[in-house]
Amino acid sequence: MAAVIAKIKQKQIAQLIDKGKRLDERELTEYREIKVEQGTMERAEGSARVRIGKTDVVVGIKIEMGEPFPDTPNEGVLTVNAELVPLASPGYEPGPPDENSIELARIVDRGIRESKMIDTEKLCIEPGKKVFVVFVDVYVLNHDGNLIDTAALAAVAALLNTKMANYEIEDGEVKTKQGYMQLPIRQHPITVTCAKIGDKLVVDPQLEEEQVMDARLSMAIDDDGDICAIQKGGTGYFTPEQVVEVAKLAGEKAKEMRKKLDW
Amino acid sequence: MNEKPEKLIDKKGLRLDGRKPGQLRSVKLEVGVIPNADGSAYIEQGKNKILVGVYGPREAHPKHLALQDRAVLKCRYHMAPFSVQERKSPAPSRREVELSKVIRESLEPAIFLEYYPRTMIDLTIEVLQADGGTRCASIAAASLALADSGIPMRDLVVACAAGKADDTIVLDLMDEEDKLGSADVPVALMPNLNAITLLQMDGKLNHEEFETAVNLAIEGCKQIYAMQKEALKAKYVGVKEEAEE
Repeated sequence: MAAVIAKIKQKQIAQLIDKGKRLDERELTEYREIKVEQGTMERAEGSARVRIGKTDVVVGIKIEMGEPFPDTPNEGVLTVNAELVPLASPGYEPGPPDENSIELARIVDRGIRESKMIDTEKLCIEPGKKVFVVFVDVYVLNHDGNLIDTAALAAVAALLNTKMANYEIEDGEVKTKQGYMQLPIRQHPITVTCAKIGDKLVVDPQLEEEQVMDARLSMAIDDDGDICAIQKGGTGYFTPEQVVEVAKLAGEKAKEMRKKLDW
Repeated sequence: MNEKPEKLIDKKGLRLDGRKPGQLRSVKLEVGVIPNADGSAYIEQGKNKILVGVYGPREAHPKHLALQDRAVLKCRYHMAPFSVQERKSPAPSRREVELSKVIRESLEPAIFLEYYPRTMIDLTIEVLQADGGTRCASIAAASLALADSGIPMRDLVVACAAGKADDTIVLDLMDEEDKLGSADVPVALMPNLNAITLLQMDGKLNHEEFETAVNLAIEGCKQIYAMQKEALKAKYVGVKEEAEE
């Protein structure tokens, strides 16, 4: 995924940011425009398309019946997968998921899982034998930076939008019945990513900023304002003071977004 | 682990293995343990047993991965099938792919990769036995193996986790605390540069608890850092004694 960027542009971006400015005239702590559309795919049990600037991600939820994991016999199963499809960027190629798509899927998964967003015990049909499996498929349509926040937001929006078939148990058989039910939702995690460029921290890095950044730090914040998942990426470092600053920033940004989204 | 313990911290404030909240497990480090490798190290931390080997800098393979201005660091974190309670398939899992990536990114800032353009450094981590905190123990051993191979480095990278068990912030989580505790925060640090090169978290912590956990993890890192330097010296003391005989 190592895209080429001219040295002169790298310098320009770094110098701008050092002065507290950005290529698209945003503030250092300002997100690009966020658009959330829910229920865009009728065939899926739940779906959402989220755009942050030109970054575009669609998430579809499919629900199937399956077996629980042996160590959690009373809980439904959550699986997150991410596809960086070749149409989204000149650098993407078809093939099995590489480390970038696996990392993206696991960050999205951690935000949902660790915030305990879904009450998985309510997705158990028959302990140890039959549970609902929730498949969250992240599909990147256009990559212009900050895939993590876009994908995490789309996944949560899609789960909130999910309607699954109602069921009843008759003589040990699972039968669908009329109507739909919502997923048992308890939390609405929001993930905020900061990039470190020079000595400055910028929120929501766009692609060109990601290409010059030293490192990034993503934090998932739950409804109580607590931190429930973190991931550092990139080959640079953060000082302990910067880590605390990112935590504060992430808390503020998540609160702002939560208010706008009415979550 | 057969039965879930009711409490992770007892009435006296001690943990399942008798440690105090801010106490590390016993750590044993050894450098130069694989004769074939250009650099190697072994770590035991609690019941963790991890071997790390470094080959290179050598010709990049496959060639198209080579970079014109610096060396490529390749990192593979792998768990032996017998390293955990239920046999783990030897094929790389998604977890192992992610950990290979974050471990690589935690070590890269320390290495002068630009000294070796068009080459590759292969770093292999084999977890022989896992007991919670394998990524941190792997990082500590990996930076020793890199130092042992003679590759110039800005600092040793050292890592340690802190977390929350019951309602207490604790240092260096073992397997049970990792699984049953309410948060885990692994941190990798270059102590001389005050630089955090890996930071992850899962669980739930408020901002104050998070800051406490990061600071505690940094204290743990500094203790292991001292042991790393001793282990590196110990190898050459051994070499010197051999030469004098």
